[in-house]
Amino acid sequence: MTKFLANAVEFLPILLQGVWLTIVVTFGSLLLSTLLGLIWALMRVSRVRALQTIAISVVNTIRGIPILVQLFYIYFVMPELGVTLTALQAAIIGLGVAYSAYQAENFRAGIEAIEKGQVEAAESLGMSWSLMMRRVVLPQAVKIMLPPYGNIMIMMLKDSSQASTITVAELTLKGQLIASSTFKYTSVLTLVAILYLVMSVPLILFVGWLERRLQQGKR
Amino acid sequence: MIELSELHKSFGAVEVLRGITANVTRGEVVCIIGPSGSGKSTILRCINGLEEYDGGTITIDGVRVDRTSPGIKTIRTEIAMVFQRFNLFPHRTALENVIEGPVYVKGVRREEALPRARELLSRVGLAAKADAYPAELSGGQMQRVAIARALAMQPKAILFDEPTSSLDPELVGEVLSVMRRLAEDGMTMVVVTHEIRFAQEVADRVLFLDHGKILEEGPARQVLSAPQHVRTQEFLKRVLRPI
Repeated sequence: MTKFLANAVEFLPILLQGVWLTIVVTFGSLLLSTLLGLIWALMRVSRVRALQTIAISVVNTIRGIPILVQLFYIYFVMPELGVTLTALQAAIIGLGVAYSAYQAENFRAGIEAIEKGQVEAAESLGMSWSLMMRRVVLPQAVKIMLPPYGNIMIMMLKDSSQASTITVAELTLKGQLIASSTFKYTSVLTLVAILYLVMSVPLILFVGWLERRLQQGKR
Repeated sequence: MIELSELHKSFGAVEVLRGITANVTRGEVVCIIGPSGSGKSTILRCINGLEEYDGGTITIDGVRVDRTSPGIKTIRTEIAMVFQRFNLFPHRTALENVIEGPVYVKGVRREEALPRARELLSRVGLAAKADAYPAELSGGQMQRVAIARALAMQPKAILFDEPTSSLDPELVGEVLSVMRRLAEDGMTMVVVTHEIRFAQEVADRVLFLDHGKILEEGPARQVLSAPQHVRTQEFLKRVLRPI
């Protein structure tokens, strides 16, 4: 135990650098996946057949390819097509795109859960589709989307470790590097696991709080 | 003002409207009665463009109603609708529900819309409930807010789709009395209803619908008190003496 603590004191500063990158990757890709997911979802529920088809194809393509392969593709193949990205950019874009499919499905489920009567009431007031989405459907759908969104946040935090495969020195890669050079696998990987827990527990609590709050606020 | 001519509409293989020809003139109150499944609500939904129709025409002051044309939004701001299930926006207060259309659809300034909305709420007897959310209101109160929301659009006519059918019996009266006052004020109204007594008192004209056709129409007293058609007689007998 004392050995572990000694190791912790030694390695924590380095690991914390990794924690910072993990947070950057997580929130960067969260933002991107939310924006893209909302776009796919709105295309999917739009009344334009072509947009629906595009959204379905995009979402299914993304869902059907492992995140790891998508990351490799963006980092190693894109440069051949003339798009060179830093590892961090590639990680954020890769994870953001990959997760946009799950975000889209969550958003769509939320939108489709809104009663048809709400849409009819909005239409009967003469609202356009976009006004109806903005004023009537999305504000109500958010309540339905939020709990699953919280889960996606937690999954995203953990999946940000996949960025290590394309050389982003986030927490997992930092841990791996230290462990393989010092052979102190037990101490280092335990620290890594604890750090992930420390980051996800607040998220988990936040999601739980959100769900309870929405239950109470259910009108 | 509202003219229907040879209106046809099918849901899949089921033909719900089989040639409806009718018109509603300004200031008139027309009640549509008939057994469920006879197509009453579908007529209203077609007039408002919530439903497409397959044949015939609907015009409002000469403008054809076409769900797919951009002009439908203008028509909808002119013809308001009150739904059986109220369909208030649950995330907005009564007052916000009422100003939603004027402010966001018609572009009325909020400062102008608010006093008018308060006035409408007090007209339906709900001045005190302006800041209540729909979940805090009874069914009858919700429906009165929905009527205020419809009025806020300053419509040429209001379509009522079974406005009292999902209300507890003791709440029906408050909604009907609001509607009665509207009729007295000269509002053009098309009301799909099972409230025969309301139709008797308020309607200028009654249409009896059965299997997608108008079987009988005429002044309320004539259709309801001295129905000519045997199906109308049977229907009224069933509705007025349910046991």
